[in-house]
Amino acid sequence: MAKLINLKINGKPVSVPEGTMVVDAAKKAGIDIPVFCYHPKMEPVAMCRQCLVEIGRPVIDRATGQPVLEENGQPKLQFGPKLETSCSTPVSEGMVVITDSEKARAGQREILELLLTSHPLDCPVCDKGGECPLQNLTMKFGPKESRFLYDEKHHAEKHFPLGDLIFLDRERCIQCARCVRFQSDIAGEPVLGFSQRGRHTEIVTYSDPGFDSVFSGNTTDICPVGALTTADFRFGARPWELKSSASICSQCPVGCNVTFNVRREVKAGGGYVIKRAMPRQNEQVNEIWMCDKGRFAGYQYTEADSRLKLDSPELDQALSQAAVKLAESASQAVFLAGGRLSNEDFYTLKQFATRLGAKAYLYTRHGGGEYTTRYGLAPGSNLGNLGKGDTVLVVASDLYHEAPLWYLRLKAAAKRGATLIVANARATKLDEFATFVIRYSYGDEVETVKSLSSKEKVGEAIKNTHHLVIFYGADGLGLTGTTALAQACADLFTSLPVSQTAPKANNGLIGVWSTPNQQGALEMGFAPCADLAAELKDKTVYILAADPAGDDPTLAEALKGAKAVIAQDILETETTRLANIVLPAAAYTEREGTFTSGERRVQRFYPAVPARPGTKADFALIAELAKRCGIDLEGRSALLVMNQIVANEPAFSGITYAKLAEVTEQWPIIGRSDLFYGGTGYENKQGLGVTLSLTPGVSPQGRDKQATLLSPSPAAKEMRGEGLRPKEDELLAVPITKLYDNGTTVAPAKLLAAHIARFDGVFVNPATAKKYGLENGSQARVSLNGVTYSASVLLDESISTGVVLIPRSFGIPLAEPAFVLLTALEPAQEA
Amino acid sequence: MAYLLLRHRDIPGLENIEIYKQNGGFRALEKAVTTLQPKQVVEEVKASGLRGRGGAGFPTGVKWSFLPDTIWPHYVVCNADESEPGTFKDREIMEGNPYQFLEGVALACYAVGAAEGYIYIRGEYYPIAKQIEACIAEMEKQGYLGDSLFGTQTSIRLKVHLGAGAYICGEETALLESLEGKRGQPRLRPPFPAVVGLYGKPTVINNVETLTNLPFIVEHGAAAFREFGTEKSPGVKIFSLSGNVERPGNYELPLGTPFRELIFTHGGGIPNGRKLRAIMPAGASSSIIRVDDSNFDRVMDTPMDYESVPSLGSMLGSASVIVIDDAHPIDWVIKKTIDFFQHESCGKCTPCRDGNYWMKHLTTRIHAGKAIAADVKLLDNVAAQVYGKCLCALGDFSTMAVRSAIERFPEDFEKVTGNS
Ligand SMILES: Cc1cc2nc3c(=O)[nH]c(=O)nc-3n(C[C@H](O)[C@H](O)[C@H](O)COP(=O)(O)O)c2cc1C
Ligand code: SF4
Ligand code: SF4
Ligand code: SF4
Ligand code: FES
Repeated sequence: MAKLINLKINGKPVSVPEGTMVVDAAKKAGIDIPVFCYHPKMEPVAMCRQCLVEIGRPVIDRATGQPVLEENGQPKLQFGPKLETSCSTPVSEGMVVITDSEKARAGQREILELLLTSHPLDCPVCDKGGECPLQNLTMKFGPKESRFLYDEKHHAEKHFPLGDLIFLDRERCIQCARCVRFQSDIAGEPVLGFSQRGRHTEIVTYSDPGFDSVFSGNTTDICPVGALTTADFRFGARPWELKSSASICSQCPVGCNVTFNVRREVKAGGGYVIKRAMPRQNEQVNEIWMCDKGRFAGYQYTEADSRLKLDSPELDQALSQAAVKLAESASQAVFLAGGRLSNEDFYTLKQFATRLGAKAYLYTRHGGGEYTTRYGLAPGSNLGNLGKGDTVLVVASDLYHEAPLWYLRLKAAAKRGATLIVANARATKLDEFATFVIRYSYGDEVETVKSLSSKEKVGEAIKNTHHLVIFYGADGLGLTGTTALAQACADLFTSLPVSQTAPKANNGLIGVWSTPNQQGALEMGFAPCADLAAELKDKTVYILAADPAGDDPTLAEALKGAKAVIAQDILETETTRLANIVLPAAAYTEREGTFTSGERRVQRFYPAVPARPGTKADFALIAELAKRCGIDLEGRSALLVMNQIVANEPAFSGITYAKLAEVTEQWPIIGRSDLFYGGTGYENKQGLGVTLSLTPGVSPQGRDKQATLLSPSPAAKEMRGEGLRPKEDELLAVPITKLYDNGTTVAPAKLLAAHIARFDGVFVNPATAKKYGLENGSQARVSLNGVTYSASVLLDESISTGVVLIPRSFGIPLAEPAFVLLTALEPAQEA
Repeated sequence: MAYLLLRHRDIPGLENIEIYKQNGGFRALEKAVTTLQPKQVVEEVKASGLRGRGGAGFPTGVKWSFLPDTIWPHYVVCNADESEPGTFKDREIMEGNPYQFLEGVALACYAVGAAEGYIYIRGEYYPIAKQIEACIAEMEKQGYLGDSLFGTQTSIRLKVHLGAGAYICGEETALLESLEGKRGQPRLRPPFPAVVGLYGKPTVINNVETLTNLPFIVEHGAAAFREFGTEKSPGVKIFSLSGNVERPGNYELPLGTPFRELIFTHGGGIPNGRKLRAIMPAGASSSIIRVDDSNFDRVMDTPMDYESVPSLGSMLGSASVIVIDDAHPIDWVIKKTIDFFQHESCGKCTPCRDGNYWMKHLTTRIHAGKAIAADVKLLDNVAAQVYGKCLCALGDFSTMAVRSAIERFPEDFEKVTGNS
């Protein structure tokens, strides 16, 4: 713990840790100093000069080293001739800070006057108007009128597209460099910078395509003026018309806390529509950030044309028909649910399956849940606390694409001194910040993890660490591979001293799932099915929040061979098209519930808009179905379901909706006199969530069964250990995940269409492409298991020549690594 | 008196290494490297009282002693950005006496234990940069730079880096940024370059003229150096004289030489029978000294050294003395200085960026006769508002001429605002 320093600010005694900047010390004491360039998440740069204050320091007698005293016994103070920038001045013992003297106030007022000379003052048409730090600070600290001639104003470009997601208004920019610094220091994607100088200084993007970053939206939040706006929200609404609704992003397992801003609109018949998503402060999860996928794809599908709905009688009929089929089949029914469902939905589904005698599976190809539930993160964990002496291992995951906020948090942990080990078969963005990068061949994942302890430096880092966190993904892996990998990771924990394996905060195994609530399903004992196609044959299949038919033609075939298919989803999918009965679910933005993040944090989301007419929350649909099968389940409200979860699921014991909604004070303090952000989007009033308790070794009910279920197929066994080495003209095809995918809820995000398209294809090394007569963008044939698919060829120099990467969700159903043949669709011209 | 710095004026062909050697060249470097400890060189320079010639006049030896012994490597960076309007002394040194200058850089490297030194030359001095590079190559060839200097373990390498045309890159931290390949903008201080400098390592930054003094000090000792100049401002200084004088040019004179000697004896006085009306002793960054019948002799007899010029309400700075006669209105002068600063403000901090833009509009309007008295007051106010709030000294510099002009030459402003 850092030494405490005592000082006085505006006469108020304050004690803060050594190294604290005066501006933060003041904030803690309830005193707001106006700032623009300063941002508590970034190093001070003292550029805008807004935070000027008077600072006096005790005069120290050189001979004695003691403070010189005034006649009245008070230490003699020396004030500098100039005002000082409080954002870049660290506190010191005995310091006296005055922020509200005439001199200090004059300094603050004068800087504001200067800033406003070059500002267009188009607040009436500015998106930031109403939540703008420049507006608010001018009101509080600025001059009442301008002495600058309006005609002499500097004019610059407005509506400049930095990229397709973010627009820049160069007149409004006050050159605070927050956006530049966010991109280089926090995101690790230095694509913004300044060009020109003096009054002509302007923000430019260095990347092609422009503003190429998956965190770009955050710059619009931290921009203290309306210079940066998002393509979707700009000119869309005034901040004061918006209501805030707390939610959790559902695009990845991080579970970023978000705010949906809603407004009543004509197009919704006077009802509420979501106008934008903003990060909601949760320092233990996403701090004040979120990624562009969450921002631009997180809720947009709520309004998609392909929403399913049934009017009341139709729904009634559908439910009755479905109930008849299920009741008929009973133990011959199979439930298949995707990780998009909430805890409440999974619980209700599990009750239904148990009472009906049906089998219930989690629809995923990412195994290893039986380990993450036993070796996962314990309560009190916060990746934000990892630093010197801690070790983080990321294996077979491209976190930047699969869980961007984890990438951000681990990058920061490495900066704080944590040892970051990144092991993957190909280069990933996180490598840049890793202490150790381990490269293996696809197929060698398990061997690699097993050999880590015996490596000299890496082994030391793992053995001697205070905390060990392991992230394992499914880069190039299917169900068998991920399960084996999770086991190897778990073994790594058990090989450590007991102190490491006992439940301990900031220690544990995290699965980088592809859905927001796979962990929640696992905690309740759901598990994937090893041979789904076989399992579906002749069964009555109840599918929820999953699109097996769209993912894999084999599964589509299998579903055709099923006795009946009941599909419950938000949007139309291949599966709903093929189903005998369709049940329309409400989007998570329209209802209440909880997700369990990959870090095992249970978090509440609230309805932002009313459920579309003709849809119902998943748990309610399940309960209605059950009821019609004569099974009485709780379906009245998510809260009542949670009460049952708490009572019956050991991992959830002690949790209540009220507890999930608790908020404790967070640092930095956001809001309040608009220091860092002028709006309310960041505010977290609806809960920080609670991490599930953990009893290692104790396996929740049903889990042992899965272990047998998951015994690898003989073919898979063969593949393990020796790496996967293709024969001559074969390539090893491996499934990978890209951030912008073609998933059911992502595809409707119109703004991201071009971003998604960038990953629609198969990635090969340029040398490989050449060998097969292919070029970037040319069409190729991929033959897999005797079926041929066509795809665009995308080049990636960082991958080895023997592999072809197949991004998931783009139509090539590669569940496990496999050997494929790659040929040009049109034979290349003979040279 | 023989020249100490502009020795090429005494010795033709001194820019040739052989001639430089024949005239005692590299003796100081050999003496230091083979017989003195680096600390002894630092001490000698401290004792000499040499003060930085780049403008601030900070004691050079003291600056060197701030480098921590615990962080390595150390770097020496020579500031050859010479961009202050009215300053053209470093150019003459580098063109005429390049080896003495480079010997000085090498001595600084030896003194602070730097194996590498960088010479940052303003972009417009492209031919000089080529020449200096050739000189460095020649010195390497002859064993005055490179490894095992004079058969010792010492190695010193020098590199030239060309600026891209920005006054701000003369400011030492902006210079370091630029040298590192970044945008030339000042850094937040502390930490100071002596601790966190080039590539984050302890760094000494000195002006060309400062460094060119070193061979003399090392060879002849601090006492010999102190024979010139004053107690607190020892040594000689090159005064760049320009403006309304008969003979503009560089004059190497002992510090403490009075203005009269520079302007009238050496500079030949004011041409066309005009009267001396104003002096800017530190280029565009100066407060303007008013000269009229009431104070003519007092100003003329003021010694030009770091202590005395402030008594006239100005600074010696880099000693680029701009002389202004009574044919040039002062409102025109400040319009010129603000045009310059407005163009050169790097834009990093608000007061300088926006203040200079504002001042440019005001000075332009005032000079064009399109302003009223209140605008002059406003200009003074804006300048006062900028002063003392900026991230680097450029912002303060930009207000010097403006504020002193309005205070000391009210009649010029009254004339243009029609308020006389
Ligand atoms: C705006 C600005 C411009 C400067 N330009 C120069 C310059 O062109 N040459 C120079 O030697 N020093 C210049 N300086 C001073 C340097 O920052 C630094 O003080 C000097 O190089 C130190 O060397 P010295 O101690 O040998 O004088 C400038 C300072 C400022 C604030
Ligand atoms: S665009 Fe916004 S955040 Fe970026 S420098 Fe300008 S004002 Fe600051
Ligand atoms: S990191 Fe994940 S949870 Fe966070 S905003 Fe992005 S997609 Fe959503
Ligand atoms: S004072 Fe001017 S030159 Fe210096 S940092 Fe500020 S804007 Fe740049
Ligand atoms: S200088 Fe302190 S907030 Fe910008």
